[in-house]
Formats: sequence, structure tokens, C-alpha cells
Amino acid sequence: MRELRYLEAMREGLREEMRRDPSVLVIGEDVRASLRGLTKGLVEEFGPSRVFDTPISEAGFTGLATGAALAGMRPVVEFQINALLFVAFDQLVDQAQKLRYMMGGQGRIPVTYVVAASGARRGLAGQHSDHLYPLMVHMGMKTVMPATAGDAKGLLKAAIREDDPVMVFAPSALLAEKGPVPDGDHVTPLGRARVAREGTDLTIVALGPLVPQALRCADTLAAEGASVEVVDPRSLLPLDREGLLASVRKTGRVVVFDDSNRTCGFAAELAALFADEAWDALRAPVRRVTRADVPVPFSPPLEAQVLPSADRLLEACRACLEGARA
Amino acid sequence: MGHPSQDQLIDFYRTMRLIRRFEERVVELVNRNEIPGVTHEYVGEEAVATGVCRALRPDDVITSTHRGHGHILAKGGDPRRMMAELMGKATGYNRGRGGSMHIADLALGIYGANGIVGAGAPIACGAAMAARLRGEDRVAVAFFGDGATNQGVVHEAMNLAAIWTLPVVFVCENNGYAISASIRDMSPLERLADRAAAYRMPGESVDGMDVLAVHAAASAAVARARAGGGPTFLECRTYRFVGHFTAEKALGIRYRSEEEVEAWRRRDPLVTYPAWLREQGVVDPARVDEEVEALLDEAVAFARQSPLPAPEEALDGMYAVPYPGLPARGW
Repeated sequence: MRELRYLEAMREGLREEMRRDPSVLVIGEDVRASLRGLTKGLVEEFGPSRVFDTPISEAGFTGLATGAALAGMRPVVEFQINALLFVAFDQLVDQAQKLRYMMGGQGRIPVTYVVAASGARRGLAGQHSDHLYPLMVHMGMKTVMPATAGDAKGLLKAAIREDDPVMVFAPSALLAEKGPVPDGDHVTPLGRARVAREGTDLTIVALGPLVPQALRCADTLAAEGASVEVVDPRSLLPLDREGLLASVRKTGRVVVFDDSNRTCGFAAELAALFADEAWDALRAPVRRVTRADVPVPFSPPLEAQVLPSADRLLEACRACLEGARA
Repeated sequence: MGHPSQDQLIDFYRTMRLIRRFEERVVELVNRNEIPGVTHEYVGEEAVATGVCRALRPDDVITSTHRGHGHILAKGGDPRRMMAELMGKATGYNRGRGGSMHIADLALGIYGANGIVGAGAPIACGAAMAARLRGEDRVAVAFFGDGATNQGVVHEAMNLAAIWTLPVVFVCENNGYAISASIRDMSPLERLADRAAAYRMPGESVDGMDVLAVHAAASAAVARARAGGGPTFLECRTYRFVGHFTAEKALGIRYRSEEEVEAWRRRDPLVTYPAWLREQGVVDPARVDEEVEALLDEAVAFARQSPLPAPEEALDGMYAVPYPGLPARGW
């Protein structure tokens, strides 16, 4: 097994799929020059009829990908910025995601969307820092958010091969992280959670960019005598409900560490799932550590206040372990 | 292109008559609550769908609009399965999941009517792009109305088609009104085809009440697209003789004068064209009318006799690749 950076692993996965299937195209802004790095070298290898630089027309090229997919292609659409999903929202959810159902099951729409630097990075403020996975899941779009280099490659390859639209969030906080990547045709199936660390006293369900912080929190708590399990759902729709429930039933305590907003966020859905399906096993209330319900502010202390933090996670875990209500 | 043959001339009439009578029957069925919801009738605009779709091959693609019945019939859609869909039946084109605004038949190149104004335009571009990449000489037509010429995504689509020389024909059905809003108040242009100049594509404006004029202009645009000459913007000046949708009468809203409607009605292609056919000795339109009625009788009977879908099927067909527990149960 090799060590690769997250972004390198993802790029390798994309290149492999383009070699494997001539119907795979790349469409997006600055994808030939590769501002984000995901598509670096692709136009050199596959030529201009596989890699398309688009005008700044997010709704237009999203719709274009839908039409091309219905007509037999397998487009990979890169969005440079999270918030571009808002600009393309009708074409994403009202068209690409709904068409097959509305057409009574006719056709296939195998489009992969990649937000190749999702979530917050320091100092990008309100319109470049959202993490919109709950919106996509809410509208029924298959959605994955790999947290490791191996999954970045494996889930992207699975997404490209999937015959439905799939949104891939590649958190900017993880793009430079190194990790082991299995050799060969490494495909991570959708719908299976990953246990990032085993434990018996408490489960942290950590989303995407928060997984490394959750693992550090587990280390801290281990030093205090608590055995913490960290579960990375990685596939948000389909969601490995049974995998998550198995962990919560085992530990009886759960904190959801989520990079989406508080209200109607992904953590809220997981809390409802645990209340519905694991109530008898719960020994403490389900706790959520999330973003605040405001746009991500610019100034570093304000930004840190709004994003889900390791400190608040630690606090929530300790409270949960004591069984005390906040 | 050459002039249409005698058979084609008759076929144009049959198609227009089919659309007109289909829509009139739909209104009756909506009023009798046999069709749920509302529908947007194509009455008055028949020459546009007919002239354009008769310039296409069966493997060419169209994207349609909320007012889509005419496009779908003209592209070869089966009136029985359309009527069944409108009644929400299991035998409908969309198995009851779409209704009037979403009828699609991918096998006929009908990539769907669409409930969002202008949304089909980029989808048509994608189909055109795929055809070119696959070495096929298929053409895609994006139908949209005058209102959609102010929708951003239509302009994005026109620009994409222009920069990549895609085989697309943008057919603007200018019926003068976006629901109640006159295009004269919503665009500074007298001639909507002038929008094409911004994308350096040919922009033509034709009489949308004249099926032969539409067919000639569409044939030229389609031939240019197929030969690699890129997109065309084809404005067809037309009019809807009925309200925006079936419920409009009940709302009692007024935005156009009786005189204006009457003036356009005098140019009704379902009056002028059959009169011309009779005059030319091409065909007795009454014979065609009988055929059309028989076809529609059969369509309505088929739809009425068809079963409703089973309620528990409502969660089926969302994904090409299903997973256990998806869509979520227990709602």
C-alpha cells in the first residue's frame, strides 16, 4: 500500500476511470489549468474532447451534463466553490436528481459532481465556506464525503461508476492529508460507514473534515480512561444506518460532530435516527456539535466561534460520558 | 430541403389537428376532473411544434416546456400513453409520476416536458454535445417560450452552444405572453430573434401560424446544425387562443383584449391550412379529421380503462441503482 495525499489519490481515481471508460468527461471551470488540482494533467493525457473548460455558467454546464448523461456520457462536473451549488440548484435537484423518477424510471443520469475544496478554509467568509451536504441529501441526491486518501479515491471511483447523480464533497481541510491507498482498482462501495477507531464507552460520529479532530479527541479521552469509538459515515446517502446503529447500540452514548448548520443539519437527522432506532440502548441524550446558524464570518476569532470546534466536542463528550444533561 | 411532398402536407395537417383536438379533449377531461391538476394547452401554436418536429429525424432530441403536449405529439408521442399519464394511470409515459408537465419518452428523443421555464435548454445542449462526441449526427431542439428569453440559463445554454458549435436549434415560441406579462413590457426587443446576435448565431423570425414557413426555417436550421454549422435561434411568432392554463378562466384575470385574440384567431392554422389544402386539391380535411377523432377516442378509452398505480409503488424508480432503505421508509 502506498501513502498518497488525499487530492493525489482522488486525481488517480479520476484518471483511472477516464482510462477505463471513454464516456467519462470532465466539465467545469478552469479544469484544464486545474485550479483545484483534481484535474491536473488530464487534458494532456485525454485531450480537449474529454476535458471541457466552461464559461462561468454553473446552471448551464450542470444542465449540459444532465443532457449528456441522458444521451450516454458519464460526465464528472467540478464545482470550484461550495456556494456554486446554490447557483446551479435547480439544475442539480429539480432536474438531474428528479428527472428519472418523474419520467417513471426512464433513463440513467450518471453524473458525478465534485466540490473539490468543500467546507471552510480560513478567511474565505460567508459565500465560500458553506458545507452543503445536508441540502443534497435532503433532496435525495446520493452524496459522499470521504475523509481519507483511500476513500477519496475509492468513493470517487464508485461515484463515477454509479448510474445515478452522485455529489462528492472533498473537504479542503483534508486535501493535503496523507494516507494509505490500496493498490489496484480500489473502489469503496457507497452505503458503508467506516469505523475509524474502535471503542466501547462512547461513539463520535464525525463528518468529513472533522474526522481527524474526532480521533484526537478520542486520544485525549483515552488518557482520561474512556474508550471512544469514531465512526465516519463517508457515504451520507445511501447512509449505513445499520453500521451507525450498531456502534451506538454498543456504546450507548453518541455525539455527532457535524460540519453543517445546527438547524435541520445532518446531525439533526442522525439524532432522530438514534432516537427512533436505538432509544433502548441510549444511556445519555444524543449530543450534537455543529456549526452555528450564521454565515461563516471572516475574522479568525469569529470564524472559530462559528465552526464546530475540538473544544466543544471534548466538552460534549465529557458531558455525555457523565450522563449529565447540559 | 425542397418542398414538402403531398404526403408531408397531409401529415402536417394530421399532426396539427391531432394536437388541437387532443388539447380540446384534455380541457373537457380536466373540467370533468378526470385529469387531476392543471394543464397548459398548446391551442393556437400547433404550426410551431409540427413544423419543427417534422424537420427532425426520429433519433433527434427535443426538450420541451410546461406547454409540451404539442411537441410530444409532433415528435411521435403515443396519444394513448400521454392521455393515460394525464389521468395519472400506471400505463402512462411516466407511470403516473410526472403528469402533464413531465411527459418524456427517451426512446423517441423526448427528453421531457419541464415545469421550470428555460430549464430544458442546457439539457438539449448536453444531448447535442454527447451526439457529437459519439460521432453521431443527431440534432437537439430546445423549445421555450418568449418568457424564457429572460431566463439566465437559456442564455448560458445559447452561449455554450455557440462556443462549442453544438448542433442545437433554439426554438422560441413567442406567443406574446408569459402568463399575464406581455413580452412588450418584458423585453426591449421587437424581434426576439435579435437575442441571437449576442452569441453570433443566426437568428430568424418566422410566422409561427404558418406551418410551411416554420417547417422551411426549421429544416434549414436543422440541416445547418447537422452539418456542423452550429446553433440557430428560431423565433416563431404565435399565439395561444386559450388561457395560460386550464384554471385561468376561473381566476378571471384579464391581460389581453378580445380584439387581439380575435385578430389572431383569424390566422388560426387549423382554419387557414386545411382551407388551403382543400383549395389545392391535396386532401379533403374531413377525412383526416375522422382519423384523428378515432385515434383520440382510442386514447381516451385506453386511459380510462387503465389501472391507477398502486400506492406502494410511489417510492419506486427514484434510483437506477437502488440500496436497502433508500428512499427512507417509515415516513
